Amino acid sequence: MNTTKKYAATALAAALGVTVLAGCGGSDDDTPAGSGASKGSGSKTVTLVTHDSFNASEDVLKQFTEESGYTVELLKSGDAGAALNQEILTKGSPRGDVFFGVDNTLLSRALDNGLFTAYEAKGLDRVAEGTEQDKEHRVTPVDTGDICVNYDKKYFADKKLDPPQTFEDLIKPEYKNLLVTENAANSSPGLGFLLGTIASQGEDGYQDYWKKLKANGVKVVDGWEQAYNEEFSGSAGGRKAKADRPLVVSYASSPPVEVLYADPQPKEAPTGVSTGTCFRQTEYAGLLKGAKNEAGGKALLDFLISKTFQEDVPLNMFVNPVVTDAKLPEIFTEFGETVEKPATVSPEKIAANREQWVQAWHSIAVK
Amino acid sequence: MAVPVAFFAVFFAYPVSAIVGRGLKTDGVWQFGRIGEVLTRPDILDVLWFTTWQALASTALTLLIALPGAYAFARFDFPGKQVLRAVVTVPFVLPTVVVGTAFLALLGRGGLLDELWGLRLDTTVWAILLAHVFFNYAVVVRTVGGLWSQLDPRQEEAARVLGAGRFAAWRRVTLPALAPAVAAAALMVFLFTFTSFGVVQILGGPAYSTLEVEVYRQTAQLLDLPTAAVLTMVQFVAVGAILAAHAVTVRRRERALKLVDPAQTSRRPHGPGQWALLGGVLLTALLLILLPLGVLVQRSFDGPGGYGFGYYEALQSAGGSGSTFLVPPLEAVGNSLRYAFVATLIALVVGGLAAAALTRRAGRLVRGLDALLMLPLGVSAVTVGFGFLITLDKPPLDLRTSWILVPLAQALVGVPFVVRTMLPVLRAVDERLREAAAVLGASPLRAWREVDLPLVRRAVLVAAGFAFAVSLGEFGATVFIARPDNPTLPVAVARLLGRSGELNYGQAMALSTILMLVCAVSLLLLERIRTDRSGEF
Repeated sequence: MNTTKKYAATALAAALGVTVLAGCGGSDDDTPAGSGASKGSGSKTVTLVTHDSFNASEDVLKQFTEESGYTVELLKSGDAGAALNQEILTKGSPRGDVFFGVDNTLLSRALDNGLFTAYEAKGLDRVAEGTEQDKEHRVTPVDTGDICVNYDKKYFADKKLDPPQTFEDLIKPEYKNLLVTENAANSSPGLGFLLGTIASQGEDGYQDYWKKLKANGVKVVDGWEQAYNEEFSGSAGGRKAKADRPLVVSYASSPPVEVLYADPQPKEAPTGVSTGTCFRQTEYAGLLKGAKNEAGGKALLDFLISKTFQEDVPLNMFVNPVVTDAKLPEIFTEFGETVEKPATVSPEKIAANREQWVQAWHSIAVK
Repeated sequence: MAVPVAFFAVFFAYPVSAIVGRGLKTDGVWQFGRIGEVLTRPDILDVLWFTTWQALASTALTLLIALPGAYAFARFDFPGKQVLRAVVTVPFVLPTVVVGTAFLALLGRGGLLDELWGLRLDTTVWAILLAHVFFNYAVVVRTVGGLWSQLDPRQEEAARVLGAGRFAAWRRVTLPALAPAVAAAALMVFLFTFTSFGVVQILGGPAYSTLEVEVYRQTAQLLDLPTAAVLTMVQFVAVGAILAAHAVTVRRRERALKLVDPAQTSRRPHGPGQWALLGGVLLTALLLILLPLGVLVQRSFDGPGGYGFGYYEALQSAGGSGSTFLVPPLEAVGNSLRYAFVATLIALVVGGLAAAALTRRAGRLVRGLDALLMLPLGVSAVTVGFGFLITLDKPPLDLRTSWILVPLAQALVGVPFVVRTMLPVLRAVDERLREAAAVLGASPLRAWREVDLPLVRRAVLVAAGFAFAVSLGEFGATVFIARPDNPTLPVAVARLLGRSGELNYGQAMALSTILMLVCAVSLLLLERIRTDRSGEF
């Protein structure tokens, strides 16, 4: 009781204090950083333009500064699609030196627009087979993640029902009204799942498949947050919201994350992954054409695939490292699933058909 | 006059026309044929139709629910009035991400209504409409109530003495005086709901799309600039038409009002009728405003080990990995307040000068300015943000990576508020008072200080409060406009919601609660400042 009061008082005092400070106009001594300090060549800052989901440990970024002498400045601008499109708009006079966060569903758009200068990063030979690479090395792969159906273990145990494992399973009657997915038009897991169905059912078969899925009661919501936190019964948010859909389109890394952010940590992840429903996403980084600090940018690209950075990736962005010599953290090996055969679609094909695929999907799944 | 025009030209007209131009020009030639192409697409027509009717319905519903509230706040004195006035304004500044979550918790499956009556409203139009009322309740209460509380009740009493019935007196005396404020409020609500983004996305599901959502999709996701440009122009035309209609009504109704100190006009309700009205208003506010807010608070305390401060403590412990993602929440609070402070300052200077210019002069040009300053409300954040990118890229104005862009964009949205709130009051100041001051030897500045300022001080504070609140919860521009990594509260909330795991979800709720608290406290302080100096007549 006492502690509660103390915290409440602290919170209130903090809020009041901050407000008063702002009211007194204490805003000049501590302006946000990055107000366009000169970034000429030979500059000691290298600017990484990226999307909002980018994360790295401060220690790791410090290490880069120690090794190379450059300080990383981050510039985040919206989700992956919006961030890339802003780069395309400012082509030729970029806001930074390196761009991170273009994935295979957007890769062709970036390459066709000539955003990047080719550069072969040091240590590229350690990159895993099959991460689609640009032969000219205009982009460097940095991480991979799998978009898969997650299931609520408790629900299926209570019902004594095996969870679905493949795309074909999802249209079976025993899984009627259980799945929630995201809008493929503006959510990246939503698009990944659609591409997964196209890879598995073929370009001729995916529409029929979606009609069956629709008949089997798939629910489409707008974004991942809502699907996962509000509709999916296996997530912490969903349990609180008394959600009633035990299947959701999410990531293969979601179960370990559920464990990591639960207090106390459970012995077993509350959710599992249907490994036959996965689509692989690879994220790339590239040196921007017209970068003011090319040398710094190259050093940063080398660093992005260094063992140090790669081992830092999983717990910050919840995706997998792309190099073979990086060790996964225990929580991933213990609670995660390795996806043996994820579906893929080539970037060129995605670029050519994306619009019509999404339109066709929209008219079947949403309307 | 020059300052607002220059500000508007550099930070709004130029960027927006550049991005529209990029979509509609090929090799320097305008391609107006594209307009027809886009506007005959059935999916686009659906979007236009839905946008219009949901905005009309939302506006009507908001006025219906909020006007009694405006009356109660203006005319009644009751304990906790100031706190409540601050609280009903909180929704207005909450990021849509948070509001969407709260409404799902109320209206969705397993939500409160579902448990009571088995009623589910999520992914229906009702959820969208209710959320719009929730957001805009304060707009009506503050703009209409602000003026109402300064109307002299004795005018109405005089009409009664002269034999008018209660309703006739109200219709002939009070209503004409209030009309500009009601029109202004209705206009604002319509604009907000017409350009609604987050609410429609979260609560409507993918089946409903407004013009704003479509512009965002075409620009940010598909980079289909031609389509986005056409839609932006459509929105422009629509907003322009609304503003023109509004200008006409305001001009027809405007006249000098006798303004009095609000402290004199509000009194304790007496008689069962008045108590019932007040009770009804309070109950509405409770159900509509406090319930959704309460759900967030409840979820923020509902930790894994029962109720407690677990999530709040987690906020301080930066997740153990010390990553760039995890800003201590207090830092995010600081960022938010700093941005909001700067944005408010800009909006007050620009908006104040514009409002002063608009009162002093009449004429076509000035009226044009009035409408122009409102336009930013009708243009999507993504259009402005992307416009900044392609225009503010050369010295001396290479601001693309500067932090000042965020408050600038927020101020664009804040300026119309300042103008709307100050204009009715400024225009209602009797010219003869100024003339009298001048005759007695006061310089124009002195006359303004002695005559206008005391009368409009309150309007200035209300305007400042609005501008501040708008920038605190502003999410669109803050997200689209690249900024060095110092997230504001709404951005931090969105990031937490974007990750799985109980602690993240709980921390998002806790941060939202802190955001609400900060807003409420800031607004409450404004209320306090206001009453310090009133009553100087």
